[in-house]
Amino acid sequence: MPTNYMPSADDLIRFSPELILTIAGTLLMVLDPLFAKKLPRMFGHISIAAFLAAIVGAFAAQSVMGSSFSNLLIVDGFATFFRVLVLVIGILAVLLSYRYLDREMAETGEYHALLLFCVAGQCLMAASNDLIMIFIGLEISSIATYILAGYLRNDRRNNEAALKYFLLGSFATAFLLYGVAIIYGITGTTKLDEIRTALMQPGISLAGVTIAAALMIVGLGFKISAAPFQMWAPDVYQGAPAPVSVFMATAPKAAAFAVFLRIFMTSFQTIANDWEPLIWISALLSMTIGNFAALTQNNLKRMMAYSAIAHAGYILVAFAAKSDGGTAAVMFYLAAYALMNVGAFAVIIHICGKGERHLRIEDLSGLAQKQPVTAALLTIFLLSLIGVPLTGGFFGKFYIFRAALESNLIWLTVLGLLNSAVAAYYYLRILVVMYMKEPGEVTNTLEPLSPGLGAALVLPAIGTFVLGIIPGAVLNFARASSMLGK
Amino acid sequence: MNLLDLLIAIPAIGFIVALLIPRVMENAIRMIALVFSLVAFVVSLGLAIGYQAGQTGQQFVTNFVWIQNPEIHYHVGIDGLSLWLIILSTFLTPIAILISWKYIHKQSKEFFALLLLLEFGLVGVFAAWDLFLFYVFWEIVLVPMYLLIGIWGHDRRIYAAVKFFLFTMAGSVLMLAAIIFLYNQAGTFDYTTILSQLQSGHIALSHTQETFLFLAFFLAFAIKVPLFPLHTWLPDAHVEAPSAGSLMLASVMLKMGTYGLVRFCVPMFPNAAHENASWINILAIIGIVYGALVAMVQPNMKKLVAYSSVSHLGFVVLGIFSFTQMGLDGAVYQMLNHGISTGALFVLVGFMYERRHSLAISDYGGVATVAPWLSTVFLITTLASVGLPTLNNFVGEFLVLQGAAQANFTWTVFAALGVILSACYMLWMYQRVFFGEVGEGLRHHMPDLNLREWACMVPLVVMMVWMGIYTQTFLAPVSEADTKILSQTEMNNKPVAGALLPAGIPGGSLHAH
Repeated sequence: MPTNYMPSADDLIRFSPELILTIAGTLLMVLDPLFAKKLPRMFGHISIAAFLAAIVGAFAAQSVMGSSFSNLLIVDGFATFFRVLVLVIGILAVLLSYRYLDREMAETGEYHALLLFCVAGQCLMAASNDLIMIFIGLEISSIATYILAGYLRNDRRNNEAALKYFLLGSFATAFLLYGVAIIYGITGTTKLDEIRTALMQPGISLAGVTIAAALMIVGLGFKISAAPFQMWAPDVYQGAPAPVSVFMATAPKAAAFAVFLRIFMTSFQTIANDWEPLIWISALLSMTIGNFAALTQNNLKRMMAYSAIAHAGYILVAFAAKSDGGTAAVMFYLAAYALMNVGAFAVIIHICGKGERHLRIEDLSGLAQKQPVTAALLTIFLLSLIGVPLTGGFFGKFYIFRAALESNLIWLTVLGLLNSAVAAYYYLRILVVMYMKEPGEVTNTLEPLSPGLGAALVLPAIGTFVLGIIPGAVLNFARASSMLGK
Repeated sequence: MNLLDLLIAIPAIGFIVALLIPRVMENAIRMIALVFSLVAFVVSLGLAIGYQAGQTGQQFVTNFVWIQNPEIHYHVGIDGLSLWLIILSTFLTPIAILISWKYIHKQSKEFFALLLLLEFGLVGVFAAWDLFLFYVFWEIVLVPMYLLIGIWGHDRRIYAAVKFFLFTMAGSVLMLAAIIFLYNQAGTFDYTTILSQLQSGHIALSHTQETFLFLAFFLAFAIKVPLFPLHTWLPDAHVEAPSAGSLMLASVMLKMGTYGLVRFCVPMFPNAAHENASWINILAIIGIVYGALVAMVQPNMKKLVAYSSVSHLGFVVLGIFSFTQMGLDGAVYQMLNHGISTGALFVLVGFMYERRHSLAISDYGGVATVAPWLSTVFLITTLASVGLPTLNNFVGEFLVLQGAAQANFTWTVFAALGVILSACYMLWMYQRVFFGEVGEGLRHHMPDLNLREWACMVPLVVMMVWMGIYTQTFLAPVSEADTKILSQTEMNNKPVAGALLPAGIPGGSLHAH
């Protein structure tokens, strides 16, 4: 037991992103009555400032790497990578929200506060070294997301999405918690590194541990919308407000993957051969179900939801490689995926109009003639989602399948790559209507691109090219921090 | 930075410049695209002049690390095989721009920019010596062509464009898997290193592994060629594409497939290549005959030329998998010939479409009376395409047939049918379109070639004659590269039971021309 319960300066720095976000979130709640009428955009500006400050905090924490608070929190390269990733997604989500909330006349401090809390929970998840801390982080993030999904409370689809997500989400979290309980029962600890050591002792009931691992796969598989726990995703992503949908498809997913990796690549690494088949099956199912279901969708948000399931499948392929290279590939792909997904959604938010009336694929007809730059940027994201070279999506896929082949997952690689050829079809449908059809009613009356959405298009586009052409820096960082607590 | 880097950079810069010009300045965009493509062509001629004969390795090499880990190099260079294919690309791009000068009105900015992007990708594909880099360029080419077909094509353009994209994509993802597999074995993407490691036995592939790797590469290339029965995307893509798209597609992009076979597939996996040669050649011969027969019954000129491509490319594959010097020389020469003569056919059909707005043979007749020069040029191109001696195709087809005969005479017998059939369908089309009564609708809508059209056709016709008469200009470097590739193909060719190839075929003696 530590004798001194007062946190040291280093402890505070290591915890600074969460502190900054929480303080800013609380501040926004207080400011809500002051600004709501006069300066509604102020909330967004403050959020962005808070996210930027938290990014600085995350880097400061990285400079004093180590564990804090009785080893509950651990700041390593892995944690920093995911913290920065979710914080950047937070900024992009705010940029996406300006115009959307403006259009719905729903700009409040509450929305942004929830977003900040949500990201705070995800930062905590990324840096947790303890199953209970992970659970707390997950719940902070999830509860905020449940509310955000139903944010426009007069909209029936919002309500449906929130309720569905909440019920199924709580159900799935219970599985996770059950797994945690079993592990605690077997090993007597909830600290990830201690579990790892405990599992290497002779006389441990590995059957029980495997069951616990399987239960955790259920709980976390739900959060990352991996098949067969993906049922909720299309309905919730379609029903939630568009900026929240894209946020849900990227940030909580990235954080859940961080937790997934940290638990399974440290604590459960010794029993990797037992859980690998489960991940293998889930990867294949997610890719196949996601891609084939997306083929027939006409609603852009729903299509992107199925695409999110498929991309979770690709990431699970790298996970199934159960190697450091695989971990690095997961990290890289999540970053690339977040950028291209945000970019694609920025265009969806741009065209959908008040009340999200225009969400059919045909609503993008002739966009290239009316707003060629917007169309060109969306093209970049779609090509990245397909996996065409010089984009981050291509390199991400390349690293994933490279890791998989290194671990001799030949069939999974072949099936995954064929899946990505299938996926090309539905992304091409968007390109087709955009470039090869004449402008329709929606594109003819389209508003000019707002500055916020413009930034949410241009920044991810730059990022997509950086990850596709000069991925060295990000990849080296991911590689260097993929060792985790081994 | 040497000439080759410059050549890769010019179209890329042109692409960006064209995108930056405001779209109202249509003429400026066209001019800029033309100027960039002409400069690229001049630079590529520099490659031919600076090319050192007798030196079989790569020339104009640039090699630096692009990405540290995994180590990916920007490694480009040329040898006798890629030299002319690069020049073919740069030679045809200005022509593609010229033939679209008046025809493209809608979104002309994107059109000309994409043509330059296409050129960038094509030059890169033929210049890359790093497998990863090769894949990158290979896929880049896909995007502009998809958009060219889909945006500026004819009625069924969307179907054709999507089909084209998906076919190519499905083939190339497996090639990516094979490339990654090789990387994991060799620890590098560098083609020459991988090749020498394969030959020295440093990478020991089991029989199954070699076969699967061969098939993964082969499928990607065979779809691109296209080899029967994977050809079904081609008639759709050709017919629906705008003339410039058909030109680039037929003349250069199909060669990406055959180039890949010669460059990568055969030397890296010689045992598998030899073992599988028999059924591949049978497919090639089926393609030759089937393509020709289907071409014969086409009512649509463009579709006819498209199926003739299937037939012509069958010769190329047959030449490659005959594993003889003559066959391979002929195959590579035929790649260039097909680029020139079929390209010219697509250009001419495009001219006629601009005048009459129809591709149906039955809408024409008696064109020779109203447009004699157009008819003359068309006749020369037709004769080149059917393989009349003194014109280019004759040389290539002859060499392929000769090479195939050395390997297996039966192949030659059947493949030669294709030569006869090609004369039938081409000349029959010529007769129906250019002779006979002048239709009423035609008389006033069929002006003869104008200056811009002459500017497109003269270089093509000159090349047909030059390549038909003074073969040595082009064939000498090709032959050198082929000799090397053939030696690589045999180096670790352990005798395989059941291989159909008769042993001990002497290398060709074509240099004696």
